[in-house]
Amino acid sequence: MDGVIGFFEQLGPNLEILTARMPQILDGIKVTLLATVLGGLLALVIAIVFGIAQVAKYTTVRIVARVFVEFFRGTSLVVQLFWLFFVLPQLPYPFGFRLEPLLVGIIALGLNYGAYGAEVVRGSIGSVPKGQYEAVSALSLSPVRGMFRVIIPQAWALMLPSLSNLWIQLLKGSAIVNTITLYDLFFRVEQMRDQTGTWFAYIFALLAYYLIAWLIVITMNALEVRAKHSIGRGPALKHSLRSLFQAPGSPAKGGVA
Amino acid sequence: MPENPAPAGTAQIEFRDVVKKFGDNTVLNDLNFQVAPGERVTLIGPSGSGKTTILRLVMTLEELTGGYIDISGQPLQYEEKAGRRVRVPDKQRRRTTTRIGMVFQHFNLFPNMTVLENIIEAPIHVMGLERREAVEKAESLLDKVGMAAKRDAKPAMLSGGQQQRVAIARALAMDPEILLLDEVTSALDPELVGEVLGVLKDIAAETDISMLIVTHEMQFAKEVSDRVMMFDKGSIVEEGPPEKFFSDPEHQRTRDFLRAVL
Amino acid sequence: MNDSWWSWDHAFAVFPVLMDGFRYTLLVTVVGTLIAVVLGLVVAIIRRISPPIIRGPVTWVVEFIRMTPLVVQLVFASMLLSQHLGGTLWVGIWVLGIHYTTYMAEVYRAGIDSVAKGQWEAATALSLPASRTWRAVVIPQAIRNTLPALGNYAISMFKETPFLVVIYVGEMVRQAQTYGGDTFRYTEAITLAGLVFLAASYPTSVLIRRLEKKLA
Repeated sequence: MDGVIGFFEQLGPNLEILTARMPQILDGIKVTLLATVLGGLLALVIAIVFGIAQVAKYTTVRIVARVFVEFFRGTSLVVQLFWLFFVLPQLPYPFGFRLEPLLVGIIALGLNYGAYGAEVVRGSIGSVPKGQYEAVSALSLSPVRGMFRVIIPQAWALMLPSLSNLWIQLLKGSAIVNTITLYDLFFRVEQMRDQTGTWFAYIFALLAYYLIAWLIVITMNALEVRAKHSIGRGPALKHSLRSLFQAPGSPAKGGVA
Repeated sequence: MPENPAPAGTAQIEFRDVVKKFGDNTVLNDLNFQVAPGERVTLIGPSGSGKTTILRLVMTLEELTGGYIDISGQPLQYEEKAGRRVRVPDKQRRRTTTRIGMVFQHFNLFPNMTVLENIIEAPIHVMGLERREAVEKAESLLDKVGMAAKRDAKPAMLSGGQQQRVAIARALAMDPEILLLDEVTSALDPELVGEVLGVLKDIAAETDISMLIVTHEMQFAKEVSDRVMMFDKGSIVEEGPPEKFFSDPEHQRTRDFLRAVL
Repeated sequence: MNDSWWSWDHAFAVFPVLMDGFRYTLLVTVVGTLIAVVLGLVVAIIRRISPPIIRGPVTWVVEFIRMTPLVVQLVFASMLLSQHLGGTLWVGIWVLGIHYTTYMAEVYRAGIDSVAKGQWEAATALSLPASRTWRAVVIPQAIRNTLPALGNYAISMFKETPFLVVIYVGEMVRQAQTYGGDTFRYTEAITLAGLVFLAASYPTSVLIRRLEKKLA
């Protein structure tokens, strides 16, 4: 309890320490944002490519995609991160190269969450009504054109809530990258801890991550409203600003984390 | 336009020994019939009798289990080569199906596209029309189905009847030689059925597109058909011109069915 | 490096060490899941039956825990509590358990919502007391619908146990990392750790998918 009281007693001086350390903190936020945004984009690309590959016409393509997804879902983010950081440089030529730690973080986050995302993409492609596939066929549109012009735009609206969840998971997962010598937000907060004490430092860290998570939520909610509107479900974005601030639920099917 | 114009007298659609099974369930059993160019044929019969499956086979939405279907003398799904039944490659199938249009029970408009985009999509990307040409054509078709005012609306903003009229325009935009109508009014509220059937009657009167129709609207069938075929358990029970078929059917099974639906 | 990239000697040397750590991995997963399963139900029921003045804060705390990193929570809690809970292992178990409580609460909420309205009405019509309605009617039906999700989250927690390296709990990946640090041979240790995760989680997730199909 004294911790809580101390937190308020020391709030003024601690805020001054925080202000003084702001340049480093901002540096850390920059690293966290880079890992989260670039890792997220990589994950999105992987999710879409391997999500579509899992419903491809050719069995070989489907099997390769399945193996990839199961492998990167099954081997745990931290292991992948450590593997790329510790093991990859020890491999023989031509594989034995050392990647920048930031790149390691981005690749590991992208691969791991991309594999989960591929399941989301596959599921939402499968949830587009059968009649849409039949209409593509009846108009003799090529399967590729049908996939990208008809099916994906509709699946996009279905997959956004889950992708939003995954992206938040990715942000949360990014806090582990200081174990591979990246000076991210969490690392900078730990540096500050000696001066400010535990309570202040970690409550600040949690709040900072919480705010970044909300930026993701709002961005993804906006995309979702827009996507739904574009398939004729729900109002235009400018008429539903309140829905931007809807908190995401954790997926009731489980297992995204 | 067909690549090889069919010689005169060739059937527009020909079913030869067609078998379709879903698992152990035989839906069509050794079916043989022809549809002449410009002919309108209505398929009726109890649900599960295989009518819709016939349309879906012609559209290649279902895979044949046995036998052959030819479109203007060209193989659609399978062909006989050196005594063996060979699958027609997808590219060639698609080339044949560009001559065939289909209107669905549930419209199946693309919700992410406007009315106009729905209609010009295939003409531009399948037939290779210039955008300007495709738009012009789409507008005249929308005019014909009475939907010109809604060209920029999204499908979700339209009533069922309006969506179905757009779907008809979308099918016609490909200049099909064959139009498949699969229970096109079954999903509509009763008061919207008339507008859709009205449009179809006009098209039947103004064009010489061959039509294969599955419907429960017997009055409509009587007005537009050249021939009516009664199906039961995957086989043709009886067929004939509508005047005779509806007023003086030969088979007891047909009489029972007509009594039940009329 | 003069030796080959993969050394079976190292592989055989590290494997028992990994298995030693794997016991902790399993312990954390099992107890953590139990905590999440029990507390998740409690939270879901509180959120359903409590007045807004309690529900509001509870909802916010749940959301806050769910949207902030496990890693930060782990280190924070270990700073404050490791003496009280008898070491970082138990801190790790509780933090993971509570983090997943916030996921499970959502799962139960969906499960409770999926119990048909007619069931509540029938219970009212029979004048069943509220506690009996929950215990005999609602919860049994809700839990049935939540089983696959529960399994998926258990696997998910299993794969997140390596996050406990940040508080130095000697689970499998921490053991692999230590072995690598001591011998400068990371390849065998970390590769094998990954394969153990894959070998354990993949068959389980296949089983859960089957269960999901069966219950659907």
